[in-house]
Formats: sequence, structure tokens, C-alpha cells
Amino acid sequence: MTDGATALSAPVPQGAAFTKPVPEGEPILQIRDLVKHFPLTQGVVVKKQIGAVKAVDGVSFDLRKGETLGIVGESGCGKSTLAKVLMNLEPATSGSVRYKGEEISRLSGAALKAVRRNIQMVFQDPYTSLNPRMTVGDIIGEPYEIHPEVAPKGERRKAVQDLLDVVGLNPEYINRYPHQFSGGQRQRIGIARGLALKPEVIICDEPVSALDVSVQAQVINLLEKLQNEFELSYIFIAHDLSIVRHISDRVGVMYLGKMVEIGSDLEIYDHATHPYTQALLSAVPVPDPAARQVRDRIVLTGDVPSPADPPSGCRFRTRCWKAQERCAIEEPLLAVPSWLDGLAAHESACHFAAEREIEQSAAEREIEQSAAERGAEGGTEAETERAAGQEDGSADGDDAR
Amino acid sequence: MSSSSTSAQPREATADTVESPLLEVRDLHVEFRTRDGVAKAVNGVNYSVRAGETLAILGESGSGKSVTAQAVMGILDSPPGFVTGGQIVFKGRDLLTLGKEDRRKVRGSQMAMIFQDALSSLNPVHSVGSQLGEMYRVHKGSSRQDAKAKAIELMDRVRIPAAKARVGDYPHQFSGGMRQRIMIAMALALEPDLIIADEPTTALDVTVQAQVMDLLAELQGEYHMGLILITHDLGVVADVADKIAVMYAGRIVETAPVHELYAKPAHPYTRGLLDSIPRLDQKGQELYAIKGLPPNLLRIPPGCAFNPRCPRAQEICRTTVPPLFEVTDEAGTPRPGRASACHFWKETLDD
Ligand SMILES: Nc1ncnc2c1ncn2[C@@H]1O[C@H](COP(=O)(O)OP(=O)(O)O)[C@@H](O)[C@H]1O
Ligand SMILES: Nc1ncnc2c1ncn2[C@@H]1O[C@H](COP(=O)(O)OP(=O)(O)O)[C@@H](O)[C@H]1O
Ligand code: SF4
Ligand code: SF4
Ligand SMILES: [Mg+2]
Ligand SMILES: [Mg+2]
Repeated sequence: MTDGATALSAPVPQGAAFTKPVPEGEPILQIRDLVKHFPLTQGVVVKKQIGAVKAVDGVSFDLRKGETLGIVGESGCGKSTLAKVLMNLEPATSGSVRYKGEEISRLSGAALKAVRRNIQMVFQDPYTSLNPRMTVGDIIGEPYEIHPEVAPKGERRKAVQDLLDVVGLNPEYINRYPHQFSGGQRQRIGIARGLALKPEVIICDEPVSALDVSVQAQVINLLEKLQNEFELSYIFIAHDLSIVRHISDRVGVMYLGKMVEIGSDLEIYDHATHPYTQALLSAVPVPDPAARQVRDRIVLTGDVPSPADPPSGCRFRTRCWKAQERCAIEEPLLAVPSWLDGLAAHESACHFAAEREIEQSAAEREIEQSAAERGAEGGTEAETERAAGQEDGSADGDDAR
Repeated sequence: MSSSSTSAQPREATADTVESPLLEVRDLHVEFRTRDGVAKAVNGVNYSVRAGETLAILGESGSGKSVTAQAVMGILDSPPGFVTGGQIVFKGRDLLTLGKEDRRKVRGSQMAMIFQDALSSLNPVHSVGSQLGEMYRVHKGSSRQDAKAKAIELMDRVRIPAAKARVGDYPHQFSGGMRQRIMIAMALALEPDLIIADEPTTALDVTVQAQVMDLLAELQGEYHMGLILITHDLGVVADVADKIAVMYAGRIVETAPVHELYAKPAHPYTRGLLDSIPRLDQKGQELYAIKGLPPNLLRIPPGCAFNPRCPRAQEICRTTVPPLFEVTDEAGTPRPGRASACHFWKETLDD
């Protein structure tokens, strides 16, 4: 099977638009109807395609210059695949990715190389993403092999030492090996490598998930510092919703290969209108024991469907408590619902988009009150709808296999 | 409460039998003798849990949470691991004085453990039904048929849909959340008095995590079991624990009832952990971060192990190991269940 997008490559004139600076707040990346399907094949000798895992299935959004866009969603919903396609590590099946207005899939040769240089990635696992047989200096300096123009041979050692310094590691560690570092330090090495080519966009795929709480805060602070210093734009993929809220200007919520809701952090966290976002937010354990009493958890029912065979219409309908007949027939588009206003009026892919009765901020006010007058247990626990546990999915086991 | 009478060794059968904890770990020491040296993984751990109570053990990776649990369960990897001191008093008996066979009996029927990674803890080549049933066949001598019926009952109990149809399925045919339910079912099979759950939901999505924690809490209440929940997640702890023990470098540095710990920590490390949670009103600002790294267990700093990272450290902290102080209120009355291994617990509490 060929991937349509890469087949379209055509020469790009020198001095293309993407070499020019983008003003703050303007889109630096524009993603439209991006699709990535992994073919499912049958047969050993003659492979026959019998279907496809629709890992990313029509995703559109902008990344603005200088912003951090958080992306959240359960495992298996396509976040890493999205990152890999944006990084050109996987070819897109279809759709468009524009970098500073220039269609990436049409680029080749030097022009493609120049774009690739400007979009870098930091991976989740600092233990497996660094080659154990290379020194830190070689790991961080590796990108210079492909892009010698950024740091000519004679200047590389100095460039790597500067990077070590920037990420808060001792420049003298340049000849050490990854195993001599802790998890947090290794993640700093990964970040230094991501910075080596002076990119404009960094895609962080779960950059702190493998780290301890006390070290997470250090790495988050580092990422924020670097963003200010180098005017970076971030796509920040994570499952810790409180960290995403802290670092993001805007947040996108993914479900089964689709973006279901996107908006400013305030719009998503305090004024979510998509039922999936609401369920996800309500499931997050709040680090405050007083919150137990006011927890108003939505427990989802039903399995996460397979991305190889997603439900018709709205993909969330098999687990949605608001689903109607229409949801099975008509796919809700990601758009600002005309019937909403104020902070609720942001893009949400639901036919019946609406804020929850008990909104987050009201609940938080209650938490503060109850902290003072804590006593009897129970209350909301009992009211909470407890659905017989059949809701976790086929999708969440994928990583383990 | 389940009977605390099982062949009690007289010296442990104290007067307050009703009040006496189900499990009490006293001054436990564990070390690993490796080629690189002796790693002092557990350096005087004290904690206790009662029937029906949930104790959360909170700490960063490498702080000795799992090793302590392995020592309690009697499944320590030995060698290289050795218990070098302390007592593990379970229902009145010091488990460390028991022979291998007695120890195995306790482990099989009275305490059970749930691990983070269900896939590697379940046997991939046997159906979940036969693994569940085996518990009954081995420990209760049930027939094959009875065991299977019991297995289905258990799967129902942990709310695995269509248990009857799935009893013959293999572990890899279940999702992560379902496998964790199967682990819970295995642990529950013989109705133990104590369950130790080591990061049971760490590998799961929040939506699934919530369901599994709910289930665990519900079953614990129903069977009136003691539950030790090992985690590094301050959110999970706040959600389910009755009391908390915070571990650092192989020691318990603070214990407290859950509400008091979050409201008024008495140890700078606990304080730092709580402060590094992103808060709404701090958006756009730097997060508070505990500086530095947890110590290498081969070279634990002298004095208080936390001193190189502690914003409050004084000279005494670099020379003298702080004992676990009783935490009292202003009038000097001890606060029940509270203790802190900090020379300056009072100042920390008053902050
Ligand atoms: N190389 C691949 N081949 C086939 N399926 C894949 C591949 N990579 C990912 N997938 C599938 O695509 C879906 C999305 O995966 P992923 O992007 O890793 O999700 P996330 O990062 O949100 O957890 C999953 O169902 C996963 O199994
Ligand atoms: N099998 C082993 N061999 C050698 N050292 C071990 C072994 N298991 C644990 N340790 C040591 O004990 C320390 C504490 O481990 P552990 O209890 O697993 O920490 P955690 O708090 O993350 O559960 C580790 O940092 C390691 O040094
Ligand atoms: S479109 Fe229908 S099924 Fe989908 S989220 Fe909205 S209400 Fe639920
Ligand atoms: S004893 Fe000293 S170093 Fe240790 S936590 Fe207390 S103040 Fe900090
Ligand atoms: Mg991923
Ligand atoms: Mg552990």
C-alpha cells in the first residue's frame, strides 16, 4: 500500500515561505484532515489488506507560534501516532500538514530537510530512547551529522556543552553514558538533543510520565524556561491532566483517532462541553482528600471500541450517556456549537454539546468549604453512578503487547 | 474483625487485642548485598494497619516501598536481599520467626499481593479460569468442577462481563483494566485478612484507574480487610487512604491520617511533594520543585537522608539522624497517628 501524501512530493523553490519568521500567535503548523491508517493484512506470501487500524482519522488543528498545545486522551487514542506523523517518522495516509503555510508532504530534498530540522521531538521514556552505547556528547550531537550547517565539526563539542548547560546538566558530563544518569537527567539529555538543531516546534510525547513527582516539576520548569528563551512552540502530549493544564495555553482532547474538543485551558477544564472530556476530567483523582466528598465522577460504560472498527456516527456513542439516535447516524463535526455562548462556545464535536450542571469551578469552591468542616464520609460516593465495570477497553492493552 | 487468635505467640498478645493492628512492621531493615556494595534499601521502617483500614505508602521510585512489601509477604529476592533487623507482626505473630512452610501458609491464605503489571504476574499459557481455580484446588482441595465454578463466581465478583464465557480465555485476551481485575480476583480468592497492592493502577488510564480503585475499596470494605496501597500518586492517595506513610531513602519519614497530612505536613519532604502539585492559582508561574535527586542507596548521606535537598536543613541535619518524633499539638498533646522524622517537625508544621 502506498501512502498518498508522500507520493505528492514536488520540488519547492529556494527561499520558500517557511524560511520567514511567523508573528506570535499566528499558526506555525496547520493540520487539516490528517489521517494515519495502519493496514491490517492477512496471508503470508500474498498479503491481502483486510482492514486498517484508524489510529488518526481526520484530525485538524493549528499550532500557534509560541504557544503550548496540550493533547490528552486515553492510551490508544492516537496521540503518539499523531506526533510521529507530524515528525515525518510515519508517512500520513492522507491530509495536510502545513508548516508556515507550506505543505510539508509536497517537500523533498533540501526543503524537507530544512522543515524537519525545525520540528523536533522529546520522547516519553528516557530509559529506552537513548542509545546506551553512545556517550551523551554523541547522543546530543547526533543531529549535527545530518545537519552539519547548524554546527560545523570543529564547533560541535562546544555546542553540545552549551546545550548541557542550558538543560541544567554539568557540561563536563559530555563523555558519560546514559546509564550513569537518573531518569530526570536522561530526560534532560533527550531535551538537549531535541534543542540541538534550534527547532521552532518541539513535540513532547509524555515527557514526564516516567519521572518521579519531584523530578517532574523540575523538567516542566525547564521546558517552560526553554520555551521563553528560544521562542519555542510546543505540542505537549500527556495523560496527567493537571500538568497539561499547568503548561498549556490550549488543550485538545482526542478519542479514537479524532479530536473531540479543543479550546483554551479555561474552556476545556472549566467549561468542557463534550461528554468524553467531562468524563475524563471527572475521573482524575484530585490530590486533596476533602475533594472525596464532592467528587461527582462520571463512570463510563462499555468498552473502548477497536480503532479498526470504530462506531458509526459519533465514535464516543457506545460509552456516552447522552447518546441519541442521531449520534449513530451523523458524525458530529469539530466546530463551535451555534447554541452555546461565553466560554462554552469553543470547538466541540458533539451534537448535544453542553456544559455539565456541576461545573468544575463550583465543585472547587465546595472543596474549600468542606475542607474546613470535614466529617461524615460517603455522600457523593453513593450518588455516583457506578456502572458495572465493563468499560475499560481493548485499546488500553495495546502498549503491553 | 477477623480473628486475631491464630496461635498467638504470648509475648505479642498484648492487652489491647481489639485495638491491636492486623499488621505491624517494626524497625524493619533490608539490605541488598551486590557486587557494587551493600544497598541499604530499607532502614528502619515502622508502620501498622488495622482490619478494614487503608494505609497508603507514598514515595518516589527507589524509596523502598516494594522491598518493604516483599519482606512482609516473604517473597524477598534472597540473595541478594536480606532482612537484617526488625519485626513483622501479623495477627500477633512475628512472621520473621516462622519457618518456611508456615510462612508459605500465611502468604497463601491470609495475605495476598496485587502487582502493577498484571500481564507479567499472570501465567500466559494458562487460562485465567484455571489460574483462579488453582487457588481453590491447591489450598482448599476443591475438585476441578468446583474450582471452575468458584473462578466464575470470582470473575463476576470483580465485575468481568460475561464471566462464564470468558473463564477459558488467556490473560493476553483481556485489556489492561480487566487483567488488573483478574489480579484482584486472585488476591481475593482465599479471603485474606490483608492485601498489599503495589501500584495497582499506575499502568492504567485514569478512567480505568478510577474503576479499579473503586472496586478495590468496595471489596476491602465488604471483606473488612486491611489494605496497604503502595503508590507515588498523591491524587490516588487522597482519594482512598485512611492514613499515609511517606517513605524516603528506605525510611518512613512521616505518618499521618490522610486529611492532616495534606492540610498540615510535618516533614519538609512531604511538604515539597505537596507543593510541587500544579495548582490553578499558579498557572504560568514556575512549579515548586524539590531540588536535586533522591540519594544513591549505596551512599545515603549522613544525618537526615533528605538534608542535601531540604530547604530547612541545619547543621544538626548533616550529623544526626532524626528519630521518628511524635507530632503533638501546641499544648503538647500527641496527635493520634502522627509522627515525623525531622528535627524541625514543629517549625514545618507551623509553616
Ligand atoms: N505501527 C503500528 N501498526 C499498527 N497499529 C499501530 C501502530 N502504531 C500504533 N498503532 C495503533 O494505533 C492506535 C493508536 O496508538 P497510539 O498513537 O500509540 O496511541 P496513544 O499514543 O494515544 O496511546 C492503537 O490502537 C495502536 O495499537
Ligand atoms: N533484586 C534487587 N537487587 C538489588 N537491589 C535491589 C533489588 N530490589 C530492590 N533493590 C534496591 O532496593 C531499592 C528500593 O527498591 P524498591 O523497594 O523497589 O523501590 P520502590 O519504592 O520504587 O518500590 C532499589 O533502589 C534498589 O537499590
Ligand atoms: S454526539 Fe452524541 S454520542 Fe457523541 S458525544 Fe455527543 S451526545 Fe454523545
Ligand atoms: S531533619 Fe533537617 S534535613 Fe531532614 S527534613 Fe528535617 S530539616 Fe530537613
Ligand atoms: Mg502514546
Ligand atoms: Mg516499587
